[in-house]
Order: sequence, then C-alpha cells, then structure tokens
Amino acid sequence: MADLAHEIPVARAAPPPRSVGVLGWLRANLFNSVFNSILTLLAVGLLALAVPPIIRWGLIDAIWSAPNGQACHGGGACWAFIANKFRLILFGRYPADEQWRAAAVVFVFIAMIAMACVRQLRGRRLVIIWFVGLSAVFLLMAGGLPGMRRVETALWSGLPLTLILAIVGMLLGFPLGVLLALGRRSTLPAVRAICVGYIELVRGVPLITVLFMASLMLPLFLPAGVTIDKLLRAQTAFVLFAAAYLAEVVRGGLQAIPKGQIEAADALGLSYLQRTRLIVLPQALAMVIPPLVNTFIGMFKDTSLVLIVSLFDLLGATEFALTDSSWQGFAVEADIFIAVIYWCFCFFMSRYSQLLEREFNRGKRR
Amino acid sequence: MSDAKATEGATPALVIELQGVHKWYGDFHVLRDINLQVQKGEKVVVCGPSGSGKSTMIRCINRLEEHQQGRIVVAGIELTSDLKNIEAIRREVGMVFQQFNLFPHLTVLQNLTLAPIWVRKLPKKEAEDTARYYLERVRIPDQADKYPGQLSGGQQQRVAIARSLCMKPEIMLFDEPTSALDPEMIKEVLDVMIGLAQEGMTMVCVTHEMGFARTVADMMVFMDRGEVIERAPPKDFFANPQNERTRTFLSQILAH
Repeated sequence: MADLAHEIPVARAAPPPRSVGVLGWLRANLFNSVFNSILTLLAVGLLALAVPPIIRWGLIDAIWSAPNGQACHGGGACWAFIANKFRLILFGRYPADEQWRAAAVVFVFIAMIAMACVRQLRGRRLVIIWFVGLSAVFLLMAGGLPGMRRVETALWSGLPLTLILAIVGMLLGFPLGVLLALGRRSTLPAVRAICVGYIELVRGVPLITVLFMASLMLPLFLPAGVTIDKLLRAQTAFVLFAAAYLAEVVRGGLQAIPKGQIEAADALGLSYLQRTRLIVLPQALAMVIPPLVNTFIGMFKDTSLVLIVSLFDLLGATEFALTDSSWQGFAVEADIFIAVIYWCFCFFMSRYSQLLEREFNRGKRR
Repeated sequence: MSDAKATEGATPALVIELQGVHKWYGDFHVLRDINLQVQKGEKVVVCGPSGSGKSTMIRCINRLEEHQQGRIVVAGIELTSDLKNIEAIRREVGMVFQQFNLFPHLTVLQNLTLAPIWVRKLPKKEAEDTARYYLERVRIPDQADKYPGQLSGGQQQRVAIARSLCMKPEIMLFDEPTSALDPEMIKEVLDVMIGLAQEGMTMVCVTHEMGFARTVADMMVFMDRGEVIERAPPKDFFANPQNERTRTFLSQILAH
C-alpha cells in the first residue's frame, strides 16, 4: 500500500520566492501598516531617550574603584561598592578565612547543574553525581573534618544558602509533590482527603507565615531543651510549601493523560505502580514542564523570604552589606548586582526546561 | 486459583464464560442478563447499533469495566474484585482498541517490549526478538525505532495488535479496531486479523465490518439495548435472521 504513492510520478513545483534583504525585512516586520509604522517610530524614540542616560550612568560616568563611600559619589554608578563588598554579598556572615569553602560550594553546585545538561549522564549516573555533590556541599559548609573548622548553620549565608534552600527544596519538594498529586487522584477516599486537605491548607497560607510559624511557634510546642536547627526548619517549611504547589502542577498533567493510555496499560497487565511509573508520569511530567519550571523559578526567588526569620540568603547578605556606614547609598548598584545573579540562574532554568521539552516530546514530533 | 483450575478441568475447551451478567451506569441498565460462551479457538463477532452495550460487554471480559451481577470466568479464572485474578486474566487476554492507545512517548519497539519485560519478566533481548517477530507478522518490520505519532493510523493499529500478541495471550479482544481508520487503511488491519484467526487464535471482535465477519466468524452475536438478541453462525445470521431487530439492523448496515 505504502509503495503505491512512490510509483506514480507526481509533478512538483518549487514554492514561490520569498522577499529577502534588509529593506524587505524592515517592510515586512516594522512598517507593514500605518499603525505599525507609528509604533515603530515611537519605540525608536523611546529607546533614544532611555538608552543613552543608562549607558552614561552605568558605564561612562561609573566609578570603578574608590577607597570609601564618600569618594564614590559622582554622577554615575559606583561599581567600586560591589568590588569592595562582593565577598560579603556573596558569602554573608560565613567566616572570612573559611570563605573558600563557601565559594567551592557554589562551584560544586554549578558543576552539578552542568552535569544535568549532559544527556549521556542522564539516569542512574546523574543521581550518583548529585548525591556525591550534595554530600560535598554539606561537608564543605559544615566542616568538622580535620583542618576544616566547624561552621554552624546560623552563619551559612549569601549565595550558597540561597542555592541550598532552592535546590534542596526542589529536590525534595518535587517527589513529595508528585506523591500528593497521585494521592489527590487516588480512588481511596482517605488518601484523597488527606492530600486535598494538605494541598489546600498549605496553598492557602502565605509562605512567610509558614516560615514564621516554623521558626517562632514550633519551638513553643517542643519540650524544653529540644531545639531544631533554624535552617532545617526553614528548609522544611520550604519543601512542604513547594510540594503543595508542585502537586497542583503535576495534577494538571495527570488529568491530561487520555483514559485510553491507562486502559491500554491495564489491559497489558501492568500493575498500578508500573502503570504510573512507565506510562502515566513520563507523559504527564513532559506535558507540564513549562509550569513546573515556572514554579521552580518562583521558588528560587522566594528563598529570599527567609530574611524574615533572620537567615541571610543572597538578598539578606546584600542588605547586610548595605548597612556599612562608610558605604552609604549604593542600594541600586547592589540590587542590580544580585538581580543579575538571580537572573542568570532563572534564565538557565528556563533554557534547561526548553532542552527537556525538546527531549521529552520527541514522540510528538512528526 | 485452585477452584478456578477445577472449572477449567470440567470444561477444557471453554475459555470465556459469561453467566447472567448485569451492569448499570447509575440507573441506566447497560447490560441485561448476558450469557456468552466462547470455546478455545472460536471467533465470535459482536455487532449491534451504537449504545447497545457491545463495547461494555467486551470490556467486562478483562475488567476494564466492572460487572455488578453474574459470573465471568476467563481462561479458567473467575473475575472478582481480587486484583491478583484481574492481573492474571489480563496477562492472558490481549485487547485492541478503537483509538489504538499506543504509548506515544515510547518507540514502537518499546511499546512492544514494555509488558513482556515488566509483566512477564522476560529478558530484554528475548522480548525484543519476540517484538521483531510480531512486527514482521503485522508487516511493518522497518518501523521499530519510530514513535507512534510518525506512523499512519493503519500502521498504528497493526503495532497495537503486535503489542498485544507479544504477551502471547490466549484470547484476543477487538473493540471496533477499524472504526477510527481511513477507508484505505481498514484492509491492512483486517488482513492481519484474518491471518490471526486462521492460526487458531480465540477472538472476540466488536466490529461493523460484515465482510470480515462472514470470512472469519464462527458465531455472530447481535446485541441491542444491553441484551443479546440473537446468536447464530454467520451463514444463518446473514441469510435468515430470526429477530425483527436483527433484520432492521442488517438492512441498515448492508443497504449500500
């Protein structure tokens, strides 16, 4: 049957030529109607007004080195502040002579993330790499080995703290979220009720209150003498919170799986666990990659809320750096600096999600 | 399982037995007192107007639908709410759906080897050899590494048949296997099904393809409004239908 089509010769014609060249492109994209021409001119005008002052402030008039804050107040940006304070901004209150360890943690994280992009490492090997990586992170941060002073968690701060909160939050929150989503669609009424109750409760309260309760109220309920590490409490609140949000995203994917997929798996004799793991989840998760990453990006930035329980993440350490009395009035420069750091990580997540989407949706491509 | 074996011993040739099966969707009585026996190697074709309960009945045989009254025994195992029995029956019963229901995220080969590897616990190599054998049988040996979305409807349905066969089932159920296909692809699927019938597979097919029914069926079953109205060998069924409703139905689908 299929060969039939190839046997009969068919007249084929080339598509008509498309207009090319700079002028053709301009006409097609920027000046293809009176209204669009006006919009184009307006946009060019606004750019002409806005861009030169920004360049002048950020680059031409900027001061790149200065002995102190007074010497740094000119017409432009004071990047000397960043040069002077970047260790404090990045590593916060982590002991100065041990900061190589905090820096190493950042590099370990970046290396782990880079490994996740290598397709050949996907699967069991990546799990091992991440397990080793995370162990190294905690060993480096906490110390305790000979030659490495112990650093208590209250001093963990800056970028390493942000990365720990976000990445551990995602790694633990995601599987918990998947379980909650599956539980919410369970046929067992008790399981369903617990999952729905949990999700609605946690989603209904602001993260700040959960953090507050975890760090201020929880100790009141614990017996005297028992304390739980503050970072651990904040991290737990984070994981539980992330799980509730991720559960709803995953549920969206689960609901989009056609009933026929489940029937086909059942008819082949697959058990519930096999069906879920081999048929349902791979398809459901591939479908919700964009909203999943959206949630991850949101979580990454939400880590800055731990400032409220006096943990000094990247933003907290920056605020701390800004309190220096000899360097007053450089909040804009500091905020731009950390905004760029946040942006780099979030942009990476966005690109990574596109990579995953391409890979997981191979079957859909015709 | 032990009393199930006894049932098998008593009537060795009987592989599917429905006794007084009833089912309701809410208040709607979809299956009314269905009685059906299928012998080993027998081919039963079920037809009837839409909404007559034929799909529901065939889906009760592997418990995709639950019956509420009566008894269903398949391959010597009685269908109860016992998950072990259900899974045991599903291993012996292959099913082909109207919408193919291939797994779109897996290649054709992975679709075929999934259940043998995970349910039958076959080594990967052996499962792949079996899969290639059946792909050859359904005449698409060169599509093993494609994804279902890259195949035509007829090819997808043939892959779906091969996927069921890879489990080496005793019984094959077909639920309107050609209804979602373009006309020029129906024949390639029916050819595969006829080949299967000639090899002695026990088959229960819900279909409107009366030409196919005439060729392969040992028994025709006509259903209407949840009841089995008539059953007869195809020769009598088409030449001399006994019931008025059967005659009306046949005149409608054979009119042109």
